[in-house]
Amino acid sequence: MKGLAKLTLNEMKLFGRDPVTAFFAIAFPTLLLVILGRIPGFSEANPLLGGRRAIDLYVPIMLAFAMGMLGLQSLPLSLATYRENGILRRLAVTPLRPIKLIEAQMQMNLLMGLGAIVVMLAVGRIGFHVSLPRQLVGFVLAFMLMAAALFAIGLTIAAIAPSGKAASAGGTFLFFPLMFFAGLWIPRAVMPATLRQIGDFTPLGAGVQALQDAAAGMWPHPLHLIVLAAYVLVFGAVASVVFRWE
Amino acid sequence: MRDKVIEVSNLQKSYGSRQAVQGVSFTVEQGEIFGLLGPNGAGKTTTVECIEGLRKPDGGDIRVLGLDPAQDGAELRQRVGAQLQESELPAKMKVWEVLDLYASFYRQPADWRQLMESLGLQDRRNARFEHLSGGQKQRLSIALALVGNPEVAILDELTTGLDPHARRETWTLIEGIRDRGVTVILVTHFMEEAERLCDRIAVLDSGRIVALDTPAGLVSRVEFEQRIRFRTDAPINEELLKALPDVKQVHRSGTQVVVTGSANVLNDVVSTLARHEIVARDLRVEQVTLDDAFVALTTGNGHNKKSVKEGVR
Repeated sequence: MKGLAKLTLNEMKLFGRDPVTAFFAIAFPTLLLVILGRIPGFSEANPLLGGRRAIDLYVPIMLAFAMGMLGLQSLPLSLATYRENGILRRLAVTPLRPIKLIEAQMQMNLLMGLGAIVVMLAVGRIGFHVSLPRQLVGFVLAFMLMAAALFAIGLTIAAIAPSGKAASAGGTFLFFPLMFFAGLWIPRAVMPATLRQIGDFTPLGAGVQALQDAAAGMWPHPLHLIVLAAYVLVFGAVASVVFRWE
Repeated sequence: MRDKVIEVSNLQKSYGSRQAVQGVSFTVEQGEIFGLLGPNGAGKTTTVECIEGLRKPDGGDIRVLGLDPAQDGAELRQRVGAQLQESELPAKMKVWEVLDLYASFYRQPADWRQLMESLGLQDRRNARFEHLSGGQKQRLSIALALVGNPEVAILDELTTGLDPHARRETWTLIEGIRDRGVTVILVTHFMEEAERLCDRIAVLDSGRIVALDTPAGLVSRVEFEQRIRFRTDAPINEELLKALPDVKQVHRSGTQVVVTGSANVLNDVVSTLARHEIVARDLRVEQVTLDDAFVALTTGNGHNKKSVKEGVR
């Protein structure tokens, strides 16, 4: 094996050797989904949620949790550490271009995110009769746009942070408010209108709404897709200008 | 005459208003170990970073294996192996994984298993980078500089932070690299290291080459002055020694005597003492070393500059 594939596989191995990140990105949201599903009433149709069940809404929320951890924590922590320890510089004197390492990191985190989808959908389907996404194309599109938006923000954190520790702190600082708007504590369906409207313009708020719509069989609202695309463009541009290799 | 592998002429590089390198020129021949020696901030690392293509020079010309590092970077990186100052590897990567991965970057890599063995890392093949000792990390770093089968290896501050034992082991490895026919540029601030390994040394100071010679040549540039220390059982008459032609100075405090003088001073002093049946105890001769040459050549101790016979030849 050569090039990017080999590098991505290597990043996957390293991800597996960092149990804390791997736990919070994949195992923790899955566990949370199982616990929530066991709360009485969460598996029953709720008129407050437009006849949907709470657990149906929590599958996309937990996907946002997993992808948020990967994009806002795992990616910037790795890249800022690689820069801090001179690993990007070390690569710069080999035939491999250091940007390949960034590509490998994104590929690895995306693959982990896709793994999280499979796990969550399976747990939801088998454990709590959550139906598979009814608008599959819309669901995949929404997920990919959400992942790209999170990566763009994660790259910007990695670009600004002077160290791995700072990147990790920055990611955590962003993660919890963004998860609030995604509906981790109060699902968006029962949020006050103002909070929900603010949430429409956050990456995880827009992402979760698009995923919930697609899961229910609707095409995601264009507003949410446009918001996600805007995050990709703006933060992608910022990161590519600000990113330092050493 | 052997091929010129590296040619640097009139290299210039500034960071903002600070001129890091000001008109550095030298050539390195095939199979040579060429040393860049100098105090911190002398411009050594900047010079090698320009050669590696990590930095673009502001002026001057560099040719490495006939290539311009700023233009032909891709080809250069296939043929030049580098070890960087203070560069780490991912903490949780294993020794064999690092070697296997880095080997995959190159067109015609060396056999990394063989490299691992010859650098004594075989026993640590499954150890993670974070668990390696300082010496093992440096050996792995050398292995990575060689894994692409390079024609030139650039080693920057290779033995900084190593204990004396590990340092000597590393020196043996570098001699091994040269024996493979690889041309080596060695950046260091250890005189002993430069003296032991280098065929020629460029001494840098404040971004300029202040001397370029063999280690022995550098030493010979400094006025040959010797200092002799000894103790006598009873205080001696200083005038006895001061009368000798090669003696410049005699210091005596109690039974401690320090004599300085030129080339033949040791012979003169010892024979005079013997003639007068004075026993010199704990006799020690302090000779000019590359250390002294270095201090004399660089601005750290400006007043010593006087004792240098000449500048760059």
